[in-house]
Amino acid sequence: MIEIHDLHKYFGSLHVLKGIDLNVEKGEVLSVIGASGSGKSTLLYCINGLEPVQQGNVVVDGTDVHAKGTDINKLRQQLGMVFQQWNSFPHLTALENVALAPKIVKGKSKAEAREIAAQQLKHVGLGDKLDVYPSALSGGQQQRLAIARALAMEPEYMLFDEATSALDPELVGEVLETMRMLAEEGMTMICVTHEMGFARDVSDRVAFFHQGVMEEIGPPEQIFGNPQSEHTQKFLANVR
Amino acid sequence: MEPTISFFSGFAPKDLLFLGEAALRTMWISILSISIGTVLGVVFGWILYEGKWAAALTVAPILDVFRSVPLIIQLVLFYNFAPIVGLNLDPFASGVVILTIYTAALVANVARGGIEAVEPPMRRAARSLGMSYWQDLRYVVLPIGGRAVFPAWVGVALGVMKDSALVSVLGYVELLKASQILITRTQEPFLILSIAGAFYFALSYPISRYAASLERKWAQ
Repeated sequence: MIEIHDLHKYFGSLHVLKGIDLNVEKGEVLSVIGASGSGKSTLLYCINGLEPVQQGNVVVDGTDVHAKGTDINKLRQQLGMVFQQWNSFPHLTALENVALAPKIVKGKSKAEAREIAAQQLKHVGLGDKLDVYPSALSGGQQQRLAIARALAMEPEYMLFDEATSALDPELVGEVLETMRMLAEEGMTMICVTHEMGFARDVSDRVAFFHQGVMEEIGPPEQIFGNPQSEHTQKFLANVR
Repeated sequence: MEPTISFFSGFAPKDLLFLGEAALRTMWISILSISIGTVLGVVFGWILYEGKWAAALTVAPILDVFRSVPLIIQLVLFYNFAPIVGLNLDPFASGVVILTIYTAALVANVARGGIEAVEPPMRRAARSLGMSYWQDLRYVVLPIGGRAVFPAWVGVALGVMKDSALVSVLGYVELLKASQILITRTQEPFLILSIAGAFYFALSYPISRYAASLERKWAQ
């Protein structure tokens, strides 16, 4: 379970997150929507400790992410993350991309790491691309490679930071399909997204962020069918 | 007219051997300086990248001095003044020390460029997989940044190899010094300098070719 309590984040004097309280249960799929600059990506960065926080805390399975003495590298193995830019390692084949972290971080043997990698690449539909370099893959394939790379660490949670925003429109579908598959398998997911269809169909809950505040959270039927906050209504009217 | 002195004699095949040995010395002093200098330079480059203002005040000016003062002046100064502080180094050791520092000063900026070539999002992705700072440096930044600046590094290495000729001013008999000795005896500068040039070319060319083939391999 991820527990976020009174989380404040500043970039210099810019107050980006203004006291977020949020719990995500095991097995839940939460979509986070909102305009650019509303703090939703920053929230993900704070959850896996890529950004320090100024007040409040994030607790993952009982471990405070930002506490001194927390082994952040160990904790991050529980928190797979997929970014807007897929960031494939260009010098490694697809298989090596996925096998690298299990080998050096988890200390798996080379053979074991490659087996895990091959399995995860098949899982995301790249079973025929094992020995291909990222430069020969499309954006959608590279993003699925990034998903496989995160899954190879066998995380308990997956954080998606606008995983489809940098893709050409015709490549968005395959990545969303992969995310949908993970959701159906019971993966706990927090998805920052601009894909309203995905948020509506796949999420258990949807959170709407506005200027660093979580304005509204609830089941998709409520957020999309009967939004309570004025900002949510305005945002949804614009994206439709 | 009969020659009255016998100091001069023509170029003989055994002189080629003499030049070959000198070429080996050029190779040896270059390999030593470039390897040690590169390792040091990478460390300095990392300090320049991570150290921010602290590095800007300490390491950067020192490296600037070694990059900016002509190598020949550095060599002569070091060789003649090191004994004052109790360092009695022979010409070879003095040459290695100065060429190493000189290489390190040049490589430092190349290395910093290499680290900068790896975008922060790439490094965040590596860290998000649970890699430590050092694992990120070793397995992501080094191979990706290293490849980005490899051509620049080859340029530095070839430059230092040729600049090692300046160690001849200390009396170390490498390729250039050997040529000067032979020219004095044979009075055939054109021939001997051509041969010496060919030796330098023979030392550099395989490196350029190998580098080019590596780059092609990486480009796939």
